[in-house]
Amino acid sequence: MRLYFRFLSIHLKSAMTYKASFFLSCVGHLLVTLNTFLGVTFLLDRFGAIGGYTLPQLALCFSVILSATSLAECFARGFDAFPKILREAQFDRMLVRPRSLTMQILCQDLKPTMLARLLQAVVMLAWSVRSGAVNWTPAKAAVLALMILCGACVFFGLFLIYAALCFFTLEGLEVMNIFTDGAREYGKYPFGVYGKGVLYVLTFLVPLALVQYWPLQYLLDRGPAWYGLLPLAALGFLVPCTLVWRMGVRHYCSTGS
Amino acid sequence: MRRYIAFFKMRLMAGLQYRAAALAGLSTQFVWGGMELLIYRAFWLEHPERFPMGMEALAAYVWLQQAFLTLFALWQWEPELIHSVRTGAVAYELTRPADLYGMWMARSLAVRLSRGLLRAAPVILLGALIPAPWGLRLRITPAVFGLFLLSTVLMLLVVCAFTMFIYALTFHLTDPNGVMVLSTAAADLLGGAIVPLPFLPEGLRRIAALSPFGAMQNVPLRIFGGDIAGAAILQAMGLQVFWAVVLIAAGYVLMDAGLRRTVIAGG
Repeated sequence: MRLYFRFLSIHLKSAMTYKASFFLSCVGHLLVTLNTFLGVTFLLDRFGAIGGYTLPQLALCFSVILSATSLAECFARGFDAFPKILREAQFDRMLVRPRSLTMQILCQDLKPTMLARLLQAVVMLAWSVRSGAVNWTPAKAAVLALMILCGACVFFGLFLIYAALCFFTLEGLEVMNIFTDGAREYGKYPFGVYGKGVLYVLTFLVPLALVQYWPLQYLLDRGPAWYGLLPLAALGFLVPCTLVWRMGVRHYCSTGS
Repeated sequence: MRRYIAFFKMRLMAGLQYRAAALAGLSTQFVWGGMELLIYRAFWLEHPERFPMGMEALAAYVWLQQAFLTLFALWQWEPELIHSVRTGAVAYELTRPADLYGMWMARSLAVRLSRGLLRAAPVILLGALIPAPWGLRLRITPAVFGLFLLSTVLMLLVVCAFTMFIYALTFHLTDPNGVMVLSTAAADLLGGAIVPLPFLPEGLRRIAALSPFGAMQNVPLRIFGGDIAGAAILQAMGLQVFWAVVLIAAGYVLMDAGLRRTVIAGG
């Protein structure tokens, strides 16, 4: 763990060396998600509500997904950039080192500029709290933290699958974007809005609804309290992800150069 | 002119090689379009009377947007060109017996067209299979179809002229990233990528329609769906021509000024 924090500080320092460029990437990332939320605002302005959700409630919903993705994208960046690691044969070097692979890949890269989006998430959250979208209790605050943390874990699992597939295809599969970038984009609305089919897929197959839609029902007093514990169930998703990753590593054979 | 056409053909053929990548991108585009429509469906079921455009026109807009994404996606810059200006490799390009602006313009057009052509047909086909009003209705009059094609060509010109303007700007700036980030965000908002222009608040919608970004995907996609019809077509296409001319002229002048200042050290 101490080693990991050393790497974190090194990456942070290197990112801060080019301050202007760092700042610009922050603005760039921020503008994308800011635009996404502006789109929600325009539509809500015209239609008043969607599926019974008001704008502050949607802000809460989006801030959960946004925090989860930006945390995952910041810290699991090494898996996101895995095709490059594989192509440049850095993976061989990792295999011979006496440390766990996951740990080494996590240390490989960090994308602190993603945390700019965390700022947007915090602002949206603060606004939604102030406008009284939810009757807060300590239990609900705990569920909110759970949603964000478990959400970040689900995204981490998705990155793991993405990286594992690279062992077979050698290049990043754009299809995975549906669940990574896409989920961030669709997560601006509670997944129930998209209809039952989408909701079931995102509950049982890729459990994104377990960290967003179902616990949100509890936060908004629309569902029973045990919905609030569902983010924990989403952690089960990490099991198949790890299995796929292991399979990939076993399938890997170096070119030996 | 012949050498620019040859350059265009060369790039087009190179671009058409990446068929597997295009196929993989397809499913992403299809899911993306589907999710987008599901949101509008939720709004439609609650308040159909507050829709500023018909559902069929909107469905056509979303499917064609996904099909032709690479034709107009402003965030798909060509990093090679910018890199060559920054490193000075542009000097090699200058030794060619052709005008730099024309050469790069031909290249930009070809790259976008090759990516777009590969992806468009399957998405259109799948979109057409979805039942009305969520699918892409292909029954349009030949006249409208002709206007749609013409405005697509104009859109491609405006988009490439805009990117050329930014490339030309690189000759004068040390770091074009800031301009690129800002113009991409503006294009997303004002060009109808986030929500189609009719869904914007009135004041912003007017600004967007007159801006160069409003002369991009906004026009052909809405002509196809029948959302822009009659005299409005002429007006919208007039604006497209206007922006194409202005942006090409501005980019040309800017690049010329930049090149005149450029000193190439030998060696």
